[in-house]
Amino acid sequence: MSGQPPAPRTGATPGKRASRKFDRRRLMALVRKESLQAMRDPSTILVAFVLPAVLLFLFAYAVSLDVREVRIGVVLESDGASAQSLAAAFSGTRYLKVTPARDRREVAAQVVSGELRGFVVIPQDFERRLASRVPQPLLQVITDGSQPNTATFVANYAQGVVQNWAISRSGGAPISAIELEPRYWFNPELESRRALVPGAIAIVMTIIGTMMTALVVAREWERGTMEAVMSTPASVVEILIGKLLPYFVLGMIATLGSAALAILVFHVPLRGSVLALMTLSAVFLIPALGQGLLISSVTRNQFLASQIALFSGFLPAFLLSGFFFEIDAMPLSIRAITYLVPARYFVSSLQTVFLAGDVWAVFIPDLAAMAAIGLLFFAIARSRTHKNLEP
Amino acid sequence: MSTTAGGRVTNDLAGHEMSTRPTPDSGRTPDQDVAVVIDNVTKQFGEVEALRGLSAGIRYGRLTGLVRPDGAGKTTLMRIMTGLLVPDGGHVTLAGFDVVRDNDAIHIASGYMPQRFGLYEDLSVMENLRLYAQLRGLDADQHGDLFASLLDFTRLGPFTMRLAGKLSGGMKQKLGLACALMARPRVLLLDEPSVGVDPVSRQDLWRMVQALTDDGMAVVWLTAYLDEAERCECVLLLNEGRLEFDGPPQELTGRLKQRSFRLTGAGDERRTLLSRALDLASVGDGVIQGDAVRVVLRQDVLREEIDTLAGSVGATVEPVQPRFEDAFIDLLGGGPGGTSALAERMEPVELDSDIAVSCRNLTRRFGDFTATDNVSFEVRKGEIFGLLGPNGAGKSTTFKMLCGLQKPTEGGAQVVGHDLRRATGAAKGRLGYMAQKFSLYGLLSVRQNLEFSAGVYGLDGATRRSRVNEMIETFDLQQYLGTSPDSLPLGFKQRLALACALMHRPPVLFLDEPTSGVDPITRREFWTHINGLARKGVTVMVTTHFMDEAEYCDRVAMMYNARLIALDTPDALKRDSRSDRHPDPTMEDAFIDLVESAEGRDQAGMDAKGAA
Repeated sequence: MSGQPPAPRTGATPGKRASRKFDRRRLMALVRKESLQAMRDPSTILVAFVLPAVLLFLFAYAVSLDVREVRIGVVLESDGASAQSLAAAFSGTRYLKVTPARDRREVAAQVVSGELRGFVVIPQDFERRLASRVPQPLLQVITDGSQPNTATFVANYAQGVVQNWAISRSGGAPISAIELEPRYWFNPELESRRALVPGAIAIVMTIIGTMMTALVVAREWERGTMEAVMSTPASVVEILIGKLLPYFVLGMIATLGSAALAILVFHVPLRGSVLALMTLSAVFLIPALGQGLLISSVTRNQFLASQIALFSGFLPAFLLSGFFFEIDAMPLSIRAITYLVPARYFVSSLQTVFLAGDVWAVFIPDLAAMAAIGLLFFAIARSRTHKNLEP
Repeated sequence: MSTTAGGRVTNDLAGHEMSTRPTPDSGRTPDQDVAVVIDNVTKQFGEVEALRGLSAGIRYGRLTGLVRPDGAGKTTLMRIMTGLLVPDGGHVTLAGFDVVRDNDAIHIASGYMPQRFGLYEDLSVMENLRLYAQLRGLDADQHGDLFASLLDFTRLGPFTMRLAGKLSGGMKQKLGLACALMARPRVLLLDEPSVGVDPVSRQDLWRMVQALTDDGMAVVWLTAYLDEAERCECVLLLNEGRLEFDGPPQELTGRLKQRSFRLTGAGDERRTLLSRALDLASVGDGVIQGDAVRVVLRQDVLREEIDTLAGSVGATVEPVQPRFEDAFIDLLGGGPGGTSALAERMEPVELDSDIAVSCRNLTRRFGDFTATDNVSFEVRKGEIFGLLGPNGAGKSTTFKMLCGLQKPTEGGAQVVGHDLRRATGAAKGRLGYMAQKFSLYGLLSVRQNLEFSAGVYGLDGATRRSRVNEMIETFDLQQYLGTSPDSLPLGFKQRLALACALMHRPPVLFLDEPTSGVDPITRREFWTHINGLARKGVTVMVTTHFMDEAEYCDRVAMMYNARLIALDTPDALKRDSRSDRHPDPTMEDAFIDLVESAEGRDQAGMDAKGAA
């Protein structure tokens, strides 16, 4: 540059590159810095790789919405042959684990202490009731109402056992006129793991996208490095993109890892294409990162940032996305709120891509909604971020 | 570029379209030497007026000190100059660019080192340098010479691979400076560059800044230390958002001709002498300086009163050179009086033993890092004992072990006869502790803070009420009882913290960095109380990194690299370091001298080991 003829006002003209609003090399310098920091920070590994694995394991094994081996008591007060065979029918099912008893007082105490979820009483006069022409209640079913789902299950299932037992006794002729044979699409065994694991990926992505972004920006404010970078010619757009790009890549890697874990370890089928999965994840990262950025533009403190990210990102993604609790079962007002939660669209698409296949009729509205929410977050964050320290 | 002929630091960058001195710009010749023009700038944060109509100029080729002796909000003006804050009113131009309208240009023309240096701690020295070079539009590979010269200039060459977080305070500061110097700024802005840096590194920084200003750069040095201001070529002195003084520091001190005196020969009576001197109408300010008392007379008064007072205790009066701090206090209308209402009320302390605090072979290790290494000393009753050293020297760890907040790895300590290992509770009941930054409860009112500390030391019923009321009266806290300590003026905050620490009348008082971030006038009031307490027989242990504050102490223990490198009276320490270079050394000179000889001994020891 020294070869250039000195302009009349060299002293007052800033360098050409330096005054540019967007400079690829400055951006790359920021990206490299952020990547180095992320790689050296043990918490990155923890959040991006260990946490997803733990979450997936939890949702795959520890959390199960399926009812299996429910512990109940069967109180056999009658010694009749029919009563004996009904008791045997209860013991024979794989959905119940039966504790036999002769006296209801034995099992009642265990229901109180929570060891049993309920008990069935086969009364002393069972044979007489069975023989009676007037239909009479055959059994008494007592369940633990403090766990409503299980209680309903025990009650219904007890009824089913009795019906099956009655059918087999009467020689196989169905009692009801119409027999229903339900078939569950996409998840024939109704294994909750298959729906939960894809949903868990949405949670993982929310943590990486929103929580980590909010934290790393707040950290720069706390350590005073933001001030130093802002006093250089780097522009706000460069600083923001430089922050987001590495976490975008990290989020995609974590998705791939989680998907591999889901498919290979938890045997969740991937019926759609990897391309669709990656497209969905990439678009979901727009609102996730945008939200993280927005949080960090509101607070410059790591503790506060993590709290806000928890309440505005993680919890809605967990509770309102339909991943764990069905949206259709929610009251109308809450259901309305779920439309603002980007994870809702991601969960719906994730479950589709894993369990159904590439259904673009589902994906396209979901993608559009995620992109729209994301762009809104970015627009607000950008308008709130100035290249100075004014709050 | 031959006109500016870049200096040793960045001459290879000379062609980078920037010269240090601006070329005349549209006929504004009178301003051509002015790097920064501050024109009637105001800035408000909520209720607080940080700047109230400030106007000043900063010139090229000079070191300008931006001095605001209290901690609050002094970064505001500097942040406005770097374009990081927008002034509410008025204008600032830097190198000819308006900081608001030409914000982008400001970031090119200026180099800025924020507090704590703005370094990425998990990046290495070289990675930090490369990042800032690239952000400023330089290609690290093409500017190898520049890197080499910066590394040479800052003497960081051997540490390029080390993570910035693992550097010492002084090395961080040099790296921060190197990052700010990338792309050769015309104006260099340094925000409290010497905080957290040992005196030896501070010397290095002065040397580097000197080289830069000789080269024509404008350097602004923000500081709370008045002794640093004295070394600047030009000073902007801010107080409560207004410019109190703008000019060379000598001009301000020059106003004090024949008004600064040293009273020597009072010996053990020097605290009484200072107290009485400060109560004289003709004395505006006074401090203890080792064995002597230093006073500054008010404007247009005679030295008669002070002569009489000195005569009555057999001290001699001699005129001395005024210091910048004298001038500053004078500018603000003098310091507080010499009587401590607190000490007046205290009963004299009686102890069984003459030794109040002692420790033997005190050692504390954290993993393979030794924070305190084999420290032993004894503190007599009624003594003011200073623990002096730069950040990280181990004084806080030593201090915490002495007040039972941390267990020593080896060795032991006693406070008024209680062993801190076995009778920690009993020992703690006999000492008062004032933590750094005062540590008051912001969510409790002033009264609740007082009552809490009374309760926590086990006072109740009538004693508690009377003690709390006594503190309120002594420290004049009545008007603030319902407010939060956070909203108190600094001086009152300090009084409250002292009141809380003294609630149970402890014979030993521990003060951890009591005066950092505190303005000189509040500091004087604080020392008035401490002097008063010492006269009543209270033993005071104090840590400080203000070298001149060590002068108040009876004895000073100097710590460096976890070890005690010297222990003596301030005067003896200064006397021992007297040399041709420093015929009248300050405490800081003495400290640097001691550190250098300690390092020399280390080196010799290692060489001896190597030879054997």
